[in-house]
Amino acid sequence: MATEAQSEGGLVFHPLDQFIVKPLFSDGAVHWYTPTNVTLWMAVGLLCIIGVFVVGSRGRAIVPTRMQSIGELIYGFIYKMVEDVTGKDGIKYFPYIMTLFVFILFANYLALLPMSYSPTSMIAVTAVLGFGVFIAVTILGFVKNGPAFLGLFWMKDAPAVLRPVIAIIEVISYFVRPVSHSIRLAGNIMAGHAVIKVFAGFAALTLVSPVAILGITAIYGLEVLVAGIQAYVFTILTCVYLKDALHPAH
Amino acid sequence: MATDKHDAVAGACVDAGGGALGMPQLCADWIPNQIFWLVVTLAAIYFVMSRIALPRIGAVLAERSGTITNDIAAAEELKNKAAEAEAAYDKALADARAEAQKIVAAAKADIQAGLDVELQKADAQIAVKTAESEAAIAEIRDGAVKSVTQVAKDTAKELVTALGGKSDAKTITAAVTARMKG
Repeated sequence: MATEAQSEGGLVFHPLDQFIVKPLFSDGAVHWYTPTNVTLWMAVGLLCIIGVFVVGSRGRAIVPTRMQSIGELIYGFIYKMVEDVTGKDGIKYFPYIMTLFVFILFANYLALLPMSYSPTSMIAVTAVLGFGVFIAVTILGFVKNGPAFLGLFWMKDAPAVLRPVIAIIEVISYFVRPVSHSIRLAGNIMAGHAVIKVFAGFAALTLVSPVAILGITAIYGLEVLVAGIQAYVFTILTCVYLKDALHPAH
Repeated sequence: MATDKHDAVAGACVDAGGGALGMPQLCADWIPNQIFWLVVTLAAIYFVMSRIALPRIGAVLAERSGTITNDIAAAEELKNKAAEAEAAYDKALADARAEAQKIVAAAKADIQAGLDVELQKADAQIAVKTAESEAAIAEIRDGAVKSVTQVAKDTAKELVTALGGKSDAKTITAAVTARMKG
């Protein structure tokens, strides 16, 4: 985009062009099955995950290789998170949470490569993740606890007068969960990438280009943090929601 | 991610120049595509994780913690063995010291006993020799006194005779004897 701006001789910002979905092999319309840049970068993420977790651990070494110890580190980190937040009976959902975490983590970090595409910046993607967690957890809550799951909204230790009010607030906050859950991730990733593009647009001006390039560097550093933190936040919130489903009593 | 103009798909979400119209995130045309590929990817990741990666890594971690536990137990055992060996060594050393002291004491007692016997023997011999010597000395002294008396008597007799006197042997002997006693 910087080159575009220069050729047109002025400041032209297209910070959102990087999120355009394009078919990989044709110029045609994007159907639901068309392999697109989204497909490509999700596939790259999948290959990286296989590389770290399957190829990296193929030696099954007691003394791990570098790749294997990265895999073990992530495994141990998420396993401990699930165990600490949801308790022992949440362990059987560990593969699902691990799937979510590694997908978001790898998508976030791959998105930081120049010219790459960031699936987790798309609301459609994170909404599927967020609402998927929401629906799964709600169904699980009713299956495990029956109507007692509604006790999640009924504060037994609150004063009797306040209970209906609190229940209304709790219900609203419960249904807002998937929205905030998905918009938090998409918003963070999208905003970071768009800001970098805006700085890149300013880099076309000779006078401010050093500042702009420093700005890109700084935001990039911030994005490296955000990529990890957002994956962590999404996962730990999933664990918290899962805990509510398994143990609805406050 | 500069959009290549020739490659762009004009439509509801993209303008003729290939730029985004509004937020690409909200473009309804693209949403089914993303959802479809997301579900495919998640299913693939879940398959890989739950069937291959997680059991394998879990097994490796369990095996490692087992190995570490075993190694620690083995180390503990070896430590105990070492402590036992040290105790045995110390005991053997103490025993040997005690034995050595016993032997030294016995040897000292033996030597002392032998020494006492020898000393007594030597003392007895010395006493015998001393007695013999004293007897010999007394004999010699007696002999000497007798000789001196005899010489004195003879000399007195000769002197009296030489001086012209009549020597009465008996008188002279008595005189000399008296003198000698004085």
